Amino acid sequence: MRLIKLLIPFMVLASFVFAKEEIEYVDSGVNPDLWITIPAGDFFYGQHEHVKTTVEYEIMATHVTNTQYAAFLNAAIEQKAVYVKNDTVWGFHPGDPFHEYLHEFEIPAGDYPLVPIKNPGLRLSYTNGQFASKKGYDNHPMVEVSWFGANAYAKFYGYRLPLEIEWEKAARGTGTRPFPWGDHIEKNRANFISSHNLFEKMFDDVVKTTPVGFYNGETHNGYQTLDNRSPYGLYDMAGNVKQWVGDDHKYVHYRYIRGGNYNSYELYLRVWVRDSAGPEHTSMSLGFRCARNPVVEMEAAPADSVKSE
Amino acid sequence: MKKFNELYHYFFQSTKGLILLAMSAIAVITAVWGTLSGPMIEWGVRDIVVNLTGMDLTSVERSGRIIMLYHVIAMIIVAIEVYMMTSIIPMRKHQQSTINATITVGWITAMVFGLTFGYFGHNYFYHGLFLVGQSLIFFAGILLAAAIYPWRREYLVTDNEYAHTKNGYDMERIALFIMTAAMLISAGFGAVTGSFWSNGHETFLAEDLIREPGKTALQKSIIGHLHIMLTLIAVSITLIVGRWMDWKGKLHKVGMPLMIIGIIVISSGVWSVVWTHMAHTFIYVGSVFVMLSALLLVIYAWGKLIRDRIAEQGIENPTFFQKFAALLHDPIKFGPFWQMVFMNFTVSGVGIFMAIKLDEIFRVWPAREERVTLTGHWHILAAIVATIIIMYYVDISGIKGKARKWFGWTLIIGSDLAFAAATIFSMKRLFVTEYYEQPLVNMTMLATDFGLGAILIIVGGLLGWRLIDLFKKDGALWEQEAKDPELDINPTAEMTQEGRDKIRAQMEREGL
Repeated sequence: MRLIKLLIPFMVLASFVFAKEEIEYVDSGVNPDLWITIPAGDFFYGQHEHVKTTVEYEIMATHVTNTQYAAFLNAAIEQKAVYVKNDTVWGFHPGDPFHEYLHEFEIPAGDYPLVPIKNPGLRLSYTNGQFASKKGYDNHPMVEVSWFGANAYAKFYGYRLPLEIEWEKAARGTGTRPFPWGDHIEKNRANFISSHNLFEKMFDDVVKTTPVGFYNGETHNGYQTLDNRSPYGLYDMAGNVKQWVGDDHKYVHYRYIRGGNYNSYELYLRVWVRDSAGPEHTSMSLGFRCARNPVVEMEAAPADSVKSE
Repeated sequence: MKKFNELYHYFFQSTKGLILLAMSAIAVITAVWGTLSGPMIEWGVRDIVVNLTGMDLTSVERSGRIIMLYHVIAMIIVAIEVYMMTSIIPMRKHQQSTINATITVGWITAMVFGLTFGYFGHNYFYHGLFLVGQSLIFFAGILLAAAIYPWRREYLVTDNEYAHTKNGYDMERIALFIMTAAMLISAGFGAVTGSFWSNGHETFLAEDLIREPGKTALQKSIIGHLHIMLTLIAVSITLIVGRWMDWKGKLHKVGMPLMIIGIIVISSGVWSVVWTHMAHTFIYVGSVFVMLSALLLVIYAWGKLIRDRIAEQGIENPTFFQKFAALLHDPIKFGPFWQMVFMNFTVSGVGIFMAIKLDEIFRVWPAREERVTLTGHWHILAAIVATIIIMYYVDISGIKGKARKWFGWTLIIGSDLAFAAATIFSMKRLFVTEYYEQPLVNMTMLATDFGLGAILIIVGGLLGWRLIDLFKKDGALWEQEAKDPELDINPTAEMTQEGRDKIRAQMEREGL
């Protein structure tokens, strides 16, 4: 243990040498504001393909990007929905139901950390009270965000985090494919450990995320990608960075994480594979996307059809 | 034809040949199936192997395939331990040959049809024969338990230096019997769950359940099953190498009762995981007994190594350094006991740490980090058991001189480097944050690959040498081993005259 701790400064130094604060911007051509409607109906859920049903909902085609999250923070701070204290962005969470179950942690109502500002993995800068994406990371997925931070973003705009079942249906469609795009995985189909993507080639091994929608079948700076869209058209439902989902699980309260990341082996990119962590956990390989209920447009009833009592 | 018959006799009827056959099978499986994961995928080796062999790696069936693969390997390891036990524990010759024949047919059947079912297409016929193989292994276990049943007067301890009850019953034999019985019961926990296959039971890996808040009885049963089977395999090899070193004296007399209590408590604890939250407490208590017993064995073995070497050198008043040099003189005999000590840092320590810090880890670590640590720690235990078996086998093969030293030290240093690096990798979140982890990941992966690579090379060399030996015309080692097929052992008990008379009378009654 002591030896490891002695080695840490050298490792940190080595990381600084390779760290990239600014990178070249690469446009994937995919709009991160795109929402996709997932129709109601049955689908095959999980490794064992149990038939489950969802109602209709909408979900973002891509992860929330650094630019989008920076805009949220600036707006939310202005409206006093969140605040910065001790190099951390904080926000209110109404708490989770508590059952005093073995190993259950209580998450009472209170303020919780959303984003650790000083964390070097964060691709946002914070100067003069304003958040902005670091240069070149504008369309990369927002990372180093806790579940509270992801949830706060969604709530602020009237959205929500997708439920696990919704996330999987959006990734898999109604078939039994293990990957969002089909049965097999190729190195240039998604950002995972075997892909050695463009960004690793351009920026050594440090920049591991790719712009949202990067794997869309186009050629970016000479790198030919394959289209990794799910049957409904969502990008990066396997690889790039993992994604928080919204469910609170009774008795445990850690949150499930889906999708695999740039460091994952292919088996972790299968649509049913779960990871999980406490809701305050952040990681440079973990982001999120939002879902929302469809707007139901009520047709105005004709005046002559209204009957008076 | 004559040579073929002799080879058949050697490989299927002699203890040394049976062990070599089983080790070779594991080596071939490891060589082929090891190409299906990790960096072999990126290097394109997996695709070549899949194309050449026609393997079916359907993604959704991965859990089932992995289960088949490690059951096949575990069965062969169990068979190796059984071969060793039937050779070192006094029993009737026909019992030994029946047990060995049954388990050999069992593991070969389980291996062939298990791997065929898992990797070359699902078919009830293959799965059924896989179960037949496993059932034969289980049946061999029952035969073994019957053969080593310790409360028989014909196997009373013949030398007071060995642990025994007041009535003279052999406590080492009791420990081996209880271990065998516990293993049979524990196999049942897996068998009951496994038998649900095709009845709606869904395959899963235990490591994927770690954060399921409400585990079913079957899920808990599987978690208990894999832990106790591995523990008992480790207990078994501990007892076997104890006999190899002729463990006796006061430490044997204290160590054996501890081992017996430990096996009973730890097994009961693991079984009780299905019903009670208190299971971990039983497991801790049992582990303390088992580990204390193993510690006494280490103290005894190292003391014996020092005494024997000092006596061989004729030194009357050895200095500390002379004793230390004597301890390290023979890595093949020093190694197994060092591995038992080293295991505490990479397996027991990690397991205890994880159990104590469970709540904290739940809150801080993603499940995948916890999963890596847990799977790492039991893979390392399995690999440590394998290194001990290999060292014992090198001794059986009679490798001497520089080759013995090079082999021994490469195995010890290579494996320990790999296991230590894998442990540090798996627990990296204790030392370094994600952003700064890459240098640590690179270093530990390199060290792990280097250590494991060194082991693979020397084990490949050992088996290559044994393969070449099969084609030697004169002075082949296998021919000598065929003539002297049993392990060189110091028995705690031999069959007494009373026992011999009893068997003779029985044979006369049966007209044999």
